[in-house]
Parts: sequence; structure tokens; C-alpha cells
Amino acid sequence: MKCPLPFALVPFLLLASGCKREQRVFDPGANDSRVAESVPLNEVHVGNSGSPPANLKYQESAYAVSEGKRLYMAYNCVGCHMHGGGGIGPALMDAEWIYGSKLEQIHSDIVQGRPNGMPSFQGRIPDYQVWEIASYVRSLSGQLPSDIAPSRSDEMPVAKAEQARKKEHPSDESPQKIQKAP
Amino acid sequence: MIVTANIPGFSGNQSALNPTGAGAAHTEHTFALIFWITSIVYCLVMIVLVIAVFRHRHSLDTLPEPQTTTDPGDRFAAKAVGGAMVVTVVLLFVMLIGSFLTSRALGKMNNEPAMTINIYGHQWWWEVEYPNDEPYKYVRTANEIHVPIGVSLHIHGTSRDVIHSFWAPNVHGKRDFMPGYETDVVMRVDQPGRWRGQCAEYCGEQHAHMSFYMVAESKSEFQKWLADQAQSANPPLNAQTIHGQQVFLTHACVMCHTVRGSTAASRVGPDLTHLASRATIAAGMLPNTTGNLAGWIMNAQAIKPGSRMPPNQMSGTDLQDLLAYLETLL
Repeated sequence: MKCPLPFALVPFLLLASGCKREQRVFDPGANDSRVAESVPLNEVHVGNSGSPPANLKYQESAYAVSEGKRLYMAYNCVGCHMHGGGGIGPALMDAEWIYGSKLEQIHSDIVQGRPNGMPSFQGRIPDYQVWEIASYVRSLSGQLPSDIAPSRSDEMPVAKAEQARKKEHPSDESPQKIQKAP
Repeated sequence: MIVTANIPGFSGNQSALNPTGAGAAHTEHTFALIFWITSIVYCLVMIVLVIAVFRHRHSLDTLPEPQTTTDPGDRFAAKAVGGAMVVTVVLLFVMLIGSFLTSRALGKMNNEPAMTINIYGHQWWWEVEYPNDEPYKYVRTANEIHVPIGVSLHIHGTSRDVIHSFWAPNVHGKRDFMPGYETDVVMRVDQPGRWRGQCAEYCGEQHAHMSFYMVAESKSEFQKWLADQAQSANPPLNAQTIHGQQVFLTHACVMCHTVRGSTAASRVGPDLTHLASRATIAAGMLPNTTGNLAGWIMNAQAIKPGSRMPPNQMSGTDLQDLLAYLETLL
């Protein structure tokens, strides 16, 4: 037995570091007691899917999508994502979707913000405008039908019109197959 | 002035027949020239026609006598027709030259040294800029164009979205503002007053509610106004207005509007740094009162459907504090 003292102290030090961890909060407050509302990025759920439904009516209106295009410029999405090609932020016109390609997933990307630069717009823009922008973002990679995706730009066009883009196929497009145990 | 000064409905504001600016006066002179020449000629032709019809009238019971011609009669007719033709050609040339002189006078105005004002058409409001070599003196406002009287104004305009047309009838002719194309015109206001103008090119749902005022005032009043506008916004001083500013900066307002002196610096909507100094809101649509402002903030879509201002839901306290803050922005 060498150096018994340091070894004897180790359990006490571990206990000291665990003091905070063991603190129990029984009442988290009304705000934290609400059901967590976000969008799953996975097909597998615990119990039923409790995610808020996607507000699809904006995605079905050409006006709403073109409003989304205007707001995409106005709120400076274009500053990082450019006209879909990406730059400071990731490209939005390809098939790669870090946080999912579904409308409600894009909605929560905008509302919640994402690590490494995507700011949260929580409380800053009316919800319907977020749906409009999210719908437009989907049109950038040809996810919307051509009668809804914008056909023209207010600025000098730098890329093919959203309407004329070929549809990209994000990997989460078809539901994931749950692997069966061998 | 010359034509219709005394006819009610033609002499007031937003009327090209009541020129208060140099350009509108030139145009109105041509209008008066053509109006009087054509009116007098029309009356003379009608009088001659009535006399001719009256002299050659006959009863329905008898057949008209066959037309006979005499040599002196033919000669008189030839002279009359020839004379009228000469007079017509001369009058057409008078109008042509009058019109030419007007165009020349308007063109000459463009060469005068002038104070530059930038005006940008938006759906559906006007952005007004007074550029300055020193950036901190740059003034940006909306829908209210303060101008000094008797000074040539170089209006440098373009559109931020669709085609608009800038027209203050009392001051100058209309000028189209095209997206991606810059328009320059020199105008001058000679009489103090608030001269109303409007977009004169259909530009969407709220085209009819896209108006502005040219506020013409003396040079010293204008310089004072400009110096006031160049200042940053008044900082909020009491608890209510401090909270009001917080509401402004944490709600949707901050996404589109600027209040110089705070962190709000977006240029999508009108600059609100000196909102309370303006007489109207929503591009001349409503008087700038607390009630109108509250309605406009809560649901602008009910007042001006299609406008870019979204509905903003907030609690009564937040709204009252926000209004109190906005009213300090003198």
C-alpha cells in the first residue's frame, strides 16, 4: 500500500463533485412542466408520435411560397445560405439535410436555431411567416410541385427558377425501415 | 391658375391646375395655351356651323332648291377655306412651339445645381433619404418629403420591387420609378405648404394607398428639421418607455424597422427613428395618433390588406408601453 492518503481521498472527492448532481428538484415550474414540443428527426418514437402537425396549407399556396421567398431575402437568410447554394450556412438546394427535410423540421430549425451559427427566430417572426419561409426553403431543392414553386425573382436571377429545378431526393425522404433483430 | 383658379375642385391640393412648383407651372402654361386655343376654335366652328345650318334651313314640305354656284361665291369660299387652313396651321405651330418651349424649360431645370434627395418606391410606401458626405448626418425617413422652398431639388429615384410612379401634381410632372433603373429629375417648390402626391402607376393591392406629402417650408425651417432628423432617437427615460423599447427589440418590429440609437437596424420597413414627428402613418393613409398606431401594430392587415406589416399579437401592457415608447420618437 503506497500513498494511502490520496487513495483514501478519492471517494470523498467523487462524492463532493456529485453534490450538485444529487440535488433533486421536485417542482420544475409551470414553464418547464409543459410537454416538450419539438420535431423528431427520427421515425422511431416512444409511444405515439406527439409532434405538432405540419402546417401544410402554406406549402400548398403559391402566394405563401413567394412570400416566403421575399422574407428569405428580407430576414437575411440569403446572407448565409445565399440563393440556396450555401456559403456561411449549408446549401439548401441539394439532397443533404442535417436536421431533416420535412416542413415541420425546417420550421423548428428556424424557430429553435441550430448549433454553429443558425440563429433562433423564436418570438421574432409570426408563426405563419416561419411556415412560409420553410415552404420556400423546400422549393429550393425542387420538393414542391411546379405550380407552387416560384417561377421568377425580383432580383437578377442567379440560378434556375425554383419551379424548374429537378427534385433532389434527401435520404430521409422514405420512412426508415426498422431493422429486425436477427 | 390661368384656367381654373376660381373653379372649386380644380384649385386645391393634388391638382396639376394649381401649380406650386416651377415644373408644374411650365406644364400648366402649355395646358392653358392648348386649352384656350382649342376652346376658342371649337366655339367659332360651332357658331359658323349653326349659322350655316340656320341660313340654309327649309320646310320639310318642299324639295330643296338645287345648289347653284357663282364665280364670286366660289372665290369667297376658296378664300374662307384657305384662310381657315392658314389659321389652323399657324395655331398648330403655336401649340407645337409652346410645347417645345415647355420641354426646353423643364429640360433646363435638370442642369441647375440642386440638392439631392433619394426616393425609393416600395410596396406600398416611399423611402426618403437625404444623403450627406458625413455618414452620421445621413437622414432617412418615409412618406414625408420635407423640402426648402425656392431650392432646386434633384430627385434621384428607383423602385425596390415593382414599377411605381412618383407624382406630386402641384409640384412637377410624374416620373416612373423602375426596379433596377435609376431615374433623375430636378424639381422646385415655390410655395410653402403640404403638397400631397401619390403613386401614379398601378403597383398592387394597395396602390391607391401609396401617398406621400411634400412638405415645403422656408430654408431655415428646413435646415432645423434636417438637423433634428439627423439625431439618433431619444433614449427612453421612464420605466414605461424603457419596457416599451424592450418590447420593440424583442418582438417582430426589430426584424424590419430601424430606430437609430438602438440595435434595431433593419431596412425592410420605414425608418422609425423620428416616427412621432410624422403627421401620418401607413403612407399617408391614417393620421399618426395613438389609436391608429395601436390598430396598425395589432393588425395592419385589417387596415391595409396585403401590406408587408404582419399582425403582432402582444399583451395590453406590452402594447401600451410600446406605444408610449413610439410616441417619444420625436
